Amino acid sequence: MRARARPWRPGFGPGEGSRYISSTPRGARPPPEPIALPQLTSPAFKENAARALADASLQKALSGSRGAFLARRQAAVAALPEFERLREIGRDIKNHTLAHLDFYLEAYAAKVEAAGGTVHWCSTAEDARAAVLEICRRVGARTVTKGKSMISEELGLNEHLEAHGITPVETDLGEYILQLRDEPPSHIIAPAFHLNREDWEASFRASHTDLPRDRVFRERRDILTEARTRLRERFLAADVGITGANFLIAETGSSVIVTNEGNGDLTQTLPRVHIVLASIEKVVPTLEDCCALLRLLARSATGQDFSVYTTFSTGARRAGDLDGPEEYHVVLLDNGRSNMIGTEFQEMLRCIRCGACMNHCPVYGVVGGHAYGWVYPGPMGAVLTPSLVGVDKTGHLPNASTFCGRCEAVCPVKIPLPKMMRHWREREFERHLTPPAARSSLRLWAWFAKRPGAYHAATRMAIGALSLLGRGKGAFRSLPLARGWTKGRDLPAPEPGGTFMARYAKAQRERRV
Amino acid sequence: MSREAILGAIRRGLRRGPLPADQAAMLAARLERHPRHVLPARSRVPRAEQLALFVRNVEKEFGSVERVPDAASVPAAVAEYLAAQNLPARLVRAPHPELDALPWSDRPMLQVEARAARADDAVSVQHAFAAVAETGTLMLPSAPTRPTTLNLLPDTAIVVLRASRVVGAYEEAWDLLRAEQRDPRSGGFMPRNVMLVTGPSRSADIEQTLELGAHGPRRLHVVLIDDDPAALPAAAAAAPDAAAPPGGPAMPAMRDATTRHSTEAAGSAPNEG
Repeated sequence: MRARARPWRPGFGPGEGSRYISSTPRGARPPPEPIALPQLTSPAFKENAARALADASLQKALSGSRGAFLARRQAAVAALPEFERLREIGRDIKNHTLAHLDFYLEAYAAKVEAAGGTVHWCSTAEDARAAVLEICRRVGARTVTKGKSMISEELGLNEHLEAHGITPVETDLGEYILQLRDEPPSHIIAPAFHLNREDWEASFRASHTDLPRDRVFRERRDILTEARTRLRERFLAADVGITGANFLIAETGSSVIVTNEGNGDLTQTLPRVHIVLASIEKVVPTLEDCCALLRLLARSATGQDFSVYTTFSTGARRAGDLDGPEEYHVVLLDNGRSNMIGTEFQEMLRCIRCGACMNHCPVYGVVGGHAYGWVYPGPMGAVLTPSLVGVDKTGHLPNASTFCGRCEAVCPVKIPLPKMMRHWREREFERHLTPPAARSSLRLWAWFAKRPGAYHAATRMAIGALSLLGRGKGAFRSLPLARGWTKGRDLPAPEPGGTFMARYAKAQRERRV
Repeated sequence: MSREAILGAIRRGLRRGPLPADQAAMLAARLERHPRHVLPARSRVPRAEQLALFVRNVEKEFGSVERVPDAASVPAAVAEYLAAQNLPARLVRAPHPELDALPWSDRPMLQVEARAARADDAVSVQHAFAAVAETGTLMLPSAPTRPTTLNLLPDTAIVVLRASRVVGAYEEAWDLLRAEQRDPRSGGFMPRNVMLVTGPSRSADIEQTLELGAHGPRRLHVVLIDDDPAALPAAAAAAPDAAAPPGGPAMPAMRDATTRHSTEAAGSAPNEG
């Protein structure tokens, strides 16, 4: 069942992964690693966005889902008077940790090892994929259950495991249906944000072909029960469980996952081996620091006071324990993050992946997550993706913003996202990545901006003409000389009454009188 | 080697080498001290109100709570809950000394096994180490006496909690763990796994609309043993001393309340090797 073409595929080019599926006998040496260039479609943001706007089913899903997150967050934040203070504390904890990241990573790794776990330091996505594969092979894994992890998406891990004869099973409900549909997530905490109930029903019918024809999936409950039953069998059969991590704690060597379903906990409790995928900026010093950030996370993400399961894992099964994994591994991934330290993008590493910025973004709200063309969508993706894969490969992402500033206003750790998108735009301009028409327009604008007399005269004329032309229309769908600009957006027609400067001057004069 | 490459790249970004010894010592001391940040005012209230807040929050998150006067009343409360929910009178419970000591034989119709959970178990009874009022959260650390699967596999999870173990904020629950728990493997206090559980399992992945019972339990029921006189619903009126709001973040009054029973708890929940 593929309702839409797969918008992007992490880790591999289309079809490259499948080349290896049948040809590799288990245990044999793998064929040469495919080049780890993520299959980005970010440069095609404009085309992606246009397609998204014309997709009626996507528009229905987006408009149906958006309001719920906003209202719930607002209520949860209003019920905690300390929330604003906690945002500052959260920002400071993360800044302190990043300024001493080498110390805290080493302290963390020492504690993991003291608790009988293993830390695999991985500079690149290839290193991390190789580390996971080696563990799976050593224990003879056939199936691997997975909790939701954006690092896994960044690695293209599912494709890599499949290519080497190991079956990955996504167990988060949203990720599960996306695996059935062969689609990537479109939101960092609600992966199936872009789907309607009808899409769920159609996918289940197409994939679970042993179901009786008259089985109803009319209610959300029916869908949930079906997924629960199917996945129970997979949880019990899996050899290895892979989860992400919301936090790593230096004080104790713990990894923390925050979930509502319980799938992450089953994933890490039932199989013989637990592998944690975590990037280096997830570390925080102490449990107290973690608690402060946890008070921000669920409220900012889903508008809950606290998620249902917040679980701290420290090493493998202890002597006498009746359950739990026998091995505990942490795959600690850099993949370009250390290069952000000391740059104007360092603050992005404070991100705790709550998704509030995309929930509140007017651009994300109409184009959805897939248009952004890689793992991380929305404002945080528009900043992080160029940092991790290079601004020359991400095209319009830093421009996918109206600079309304809501993302920064709701960010639980106060990341100045609009400022950083502006930094990327500057770098694009400096490196001549901006299209020629835009560059010459900017130069023209700069010429006027440096000459106030000419600027005022020109804007007066332009505004006058536009407001005459646009009278009664409200907005222009298209404008001569600016078709490139109006292709992707409407230009609001100016209200009568002249430019801002003219109206301001008039108001000042009237006040004086 | 990746470890050195990553640490080297971080240090290049920070424009320095490895931290000088005095700075490293300061950071190590902060880890030792683990200072608290702001605690929500809603959790800094008298015991009786704290308990009421805990109950209210569990119910807000779609769990249920029944308060019983003493430990001896637990088996009856469990049996009656199962009957009321139309569930079979069969359960698997944590092999925890406090649960071993309950008079299960008072309810001969109730089939009770003490072990880890299996896929086909319908009902579990877990022992709570502590609970947090600010969000109605149970703290369930793993131990030979407290298997993790009990929190996850059965459709109905029942948790036995003593009122004296309910604290205001998460930080206070971690301090109980720090004080009472020794992990033989790491020498620290963290067991393999600590679950903070707030309500029954749920998902909002289908159209961002909440639906209970995803992969974990559909029902979460707390049997709360009222072993703390200061925390009884009527205590606020009856005992003004106990109801006085404790001052400062160290909360001496509440520490007393939570450690009053800690000898019993420390003896009964070790992570024995």
